[in-house]
Amino acid sequence: MNNTYFEILRPGVNTTVQDTGRNHLYHIGITVSGAIDQKNYKLSNYLVSNELNEAVIEFAYQGPLLKLKNGQINFAITGDIIFNIIRNNLSVEEGNCYQSYILDDGDQIDIISTKKTTYGYLSVSGGFKLEEVWGSYSINTKAQIGPNNGKKYSINEKIFVKKNHIENIKDKKVNYSNPFNGIIRVIKGTNFDYFSKESKNIFFTETYSVTRLVDRMGMRLDGPNLENIINTNIKSEGLIRGVIQVPADGKPIILLSDHGTIGGYPKIAVVISADLDKVAQLVPGSKVNFKEVNLEEAEKLFKDYSIETNKYFNEYS
Amino acid sequence: MIKNISNLGDSAVYCDFGSEVNESINANVIDYFNHLTLLIKLKKIQGINNLTPSYNKLIISFDLSLTNFSKLKKIIENIEVIKDIKKKNKKIKIPICCDDSYGLDFERLSNILKLSKDEILAFFFNKEYFCYMTGFIAGMPFVGDINEKIRIERLETPRVKVPKGSIGITEQFANIYTYESPGGWNIIGNTPKKLFEKFNLQDPALIKPGDKISFYQITKEEYLKFNE
Repeated sequence: MNNTYFEILRPGVNTTVQDTGRNHLYHIGITVSGAIDQKNYKLSNYLVSNELNEAVIEFAYQGPLLKLKNGQINFAITGDIIFNIIRNNLSVEEGNCYQSYILDDGDQIDIISTKKTTYGYLSVSGGFKLEEVWGSYSINTKAQIGPNNGKKYSINEKIFVKKNHIENIKDKKVNYSNPFNGIIRVIKGTNFDYFSKESKNIFFTETYSVTRLVDRMGMRLDGPNLENIINTNIKSEGLIRGVIQVPADGKPIILLSDHGTIGGYPKIAVVISADLDKVAQLVPGSKVNFKEVNLEEAEKLFKDYSIETNKYFNEYS
Repeated sequence: MIKNISNLGDSAVYCDFGSEVNESINANVIDYFNHLTLLIKLKKIQGINNLTPSYNKLIISFDLSLTNFSKLKKIIENIEVIKDIKKKNKKIKIPICCDDSYGLDFERLSNILKLSKDEILAFFFNKEYFCYMTGFIAGMPFVGDINEKIRIERLETPRVKVPKGSIGITEQFANIYTYESPGGWNIIGNTPKKLFEKFNLQDPALIKPGDKISFYQITKEEYLKFNE
């Protein structure tokens, strides 16, 4: 039996495993979860020649310090991340994202911090040995569902990998940067008309900033108040990733992968699917402007996003 | 039936069954939910990720790389939902201890409602309730309608932590906190009964939309000794 694993010498701020997420459970209150930036998640799998839906380690801000035991693996890191590879002879190599590396028995990966993204991904060739819960390997810390009893990883725990040998991957690389031009494209929400004429105008013209109140559930923004002229509560109803809610305090909240499944705040807008990955990666303090697009444009932009994403997987395969 | 179908963003269908909250509108929502669940199971409909029934809305989220709004809208418009006459909804009895160590908001309730704790409880226990929906957190049931005499707004400042098992009331509804969670409902008691079993992969939630719920009061001693 394969006994190759990472020993967690430092867990990092919020280290979990994630995949494409968990579906068909909203109706009982279990949210989708999954990698918050699906594009970087898939790229990390591509770089180690995995199936694109293999589970990977997701970390935020400061990542983990991991020591490999009893084997050899290929790994890759995606995002905008500073990390070192500490070889078992204690020599230190500076790591580059979007490139695969070989890790030997006793080597360590020290994920020091994220730079212009909040989240990063660590994939290993063959994937991790994890318990599947309701069709997914994603950890949902809120409901404590998923591998590791639904909890984020802590010190001295072990994460087992499926393979103990390296693949002939030969330093696979992709050229990818995480560009963000400050524009979040949205479709008007189902309660758009709950807001005053001035506030509708403000929403699409003024700049908002990302506060420190950001986690996998959602992202609170700060900026000019949005005045609700009808009702600051609606009868609770279903939610999806990307919904922008405005509670009574007039400040928008963007819902992310671990959002509550139903809620009673008016929805001013919804982020288009093509922009969800980059929104989730915004760091506190980022400035954003909302731009309205219609449904047809959003569908077209999603097609472009899919073609753009898939090109990384096609050109090297 | 559905009054209006619109898009929620680019990857969800928003089915509006009306603005009121009552059992007949909600039963309509649940009939559509059950029908679509069956179509998904039989693979007669593609690309749907999730269905979220609530009081008077049904939200259908989908994978935009597999389908789109106009395709699904057409399918939903042409569905003939068979009214589920032989409902398989359960009747469930939930024990609650309303000792002051569990019922956290009786002082506020008495002040605002001008009723004693015993009067509030008499109104609350004297009724069978209907589960409109589950969600927000895993397995949390939203039931109604509570007697008009005990209807009250949410707390002005929500609690950061509502204990697991708490029963809360607000407006015409009651709910049960299946996990410790932030929340702003008025807490009248706590149940020792397990409502969500995350290791039961087939059927984790005890209470489902459409079920009939009745509550009965237990003492603190019975609460502490409670054994399923």
